[in-house]
Amino acid sequence: MEMVNDIIVWALLLTGSVFAIIGGIGILRLPDVYTRLHGAGITDTMGAGLILLGLAVHEGFTLITVKLFLIFAFLINTSPVSSHAVANAAHGAGVRPLLDDDLETDKATGSGDPA
Amino acid sequence: MIEAVNTLLLLFMCVTAFTIVRQNNLFAVVMLGSVFSLLSAGMFVMLDAVDVAFTEAAVGAGISTILMLGVLSLTKSRERVTFGTPTLPILLVLISGAVLVYSALGMPEFGSADAPIHQHVADRYIEQSGTEVGLPNIVTSVLASYRGFDTLGEVTVIFTAGIGVMLLLGLRRRTTERGAIEEPPAPGEGHMRHHLVLRVTAKLLIPFILLFALYVQFHGDFGPGGGFQAGVIFAAAFVLYALVFGIKNALTVVPEWVTRFLIAAGVLLYAGVGVASLFMGGNYLDYGVLAHEPTHGQHLGILLIEFGVGTTVAAVMITLFLSFARRARKKT
Repeated sequence: MEMVNDIIVWALLLTGSVFAIIGGIGILRLPDVYTRLHGAGITDTMGAGLILLGLAVHEGFTLITVKLFLIFAFLINTSPVSSHAVANAAHGAGVRPLLDDDLETDKATGSGDPA
Repeated sequence: MIEAVNTLLLLFMCVTAFTIVRQNNLFAVVMLGSVFSLLSAGMFVMLDAVDVAFTEAAVGAGISTILMLGVLSLTKSRERVTFGTPTLPILLVLISGAVLVYSALGMPEFGSADAPIHQHVADRYIEQSGTEVGLPNIVTSVLASYRGFDTLGEVTVIFTAGIGVMLLLGLRRRTTERGAIEEPPAPGEGHMRHHLVLRVTAKLLIPFILLFALYVQFHGDFGPGGGFQAGVIFAAAFVLYALVFGIKNALTVVPEWVTRFLIAAGVLLYAGVGVASLFMGGNYLDYGVLAHEPTHGQHLGILLIEFGVGTTVAAVMITLFLSFARRARKKT
């Protein structure tokens, strides 16, 4: 039983970490603000969420799990909103999303990456 | 394992510090400063200094970042580029760094039991504070009771900082002016309707932030927390309100005379507890005499002075934010 528990915990923690790493790579590699938000968002929701879930499974039904759940509830409320706020602010400041047309011209010069 | 985490944290801190030095964009510098504070908070957790970590996370990574952004709105967001190699500063930095490293070599080994700080009063705190002060959190006992006079000094520093900023950025009442952030129009109107999400979430979160601040304030005797952290969290809720709903609305919630009054009231409460213990026959800030039995008196005294600390810190933070935010509006 303990081993099953451990396996679940490790699986959740590792999957969460993988999501966090994917998010980090996304922030670095994606071309503009709006697409980079996908990377930032996945770190906050899937990455942190799965890690918190893993820690909660590790702790079982204790006060710590309640606190972890509160952290999760806080994250699930704030991180999509902050993503939204960033996108909204970028849009308000006149940042234009990178469109297919831009990629086409990039491809013409040989540096574009068709998505 | 712990060594690996420590090394990684230290490495991240070095990278962040180096990036801050190399960075010209001041906005990025502010955000990296916040990252640095968060990393050092993690470092404090690794060193089992949870109270310090809490303060660092709340003050360093939280409110000071917001205040720095407030300052940035008053100035340009790019550093002035200086040409030429700064030979003298680099030399000075290298020399002082070498001196620091050299003196660190003379320090006792990390965590060694016969380090000077473990010889002096630490034993007394660990062995006696349970019976003398009666609080489970020794840090609070040391901070508020044994070292109460030092903490009074710290609160006075924050008080002085608040007064200083008020003097520098102007005391005059400008409540009729519009705030730095555009006032939200009536719901569902104009392009500001996009802020609906922010408004709803802020409304949802603010009560919980305030509740958490109160928990941190009054649970500080039993777990990590206390007046400093609670004051900052309380101020953060107010700053969030001011950011989302506009400064004018925020000023109707907490008018300026209230914060100004509270800045002084917190310090006065702290110092007043000291005077009260003088009158009741003890030493200054000796809480034992405040109630019928010493530990009860200690509890009461610590509760009161922590409340004083929280009041002053929250009021000063709110005043700092409002001073910068309104100033930004005036300039444009």
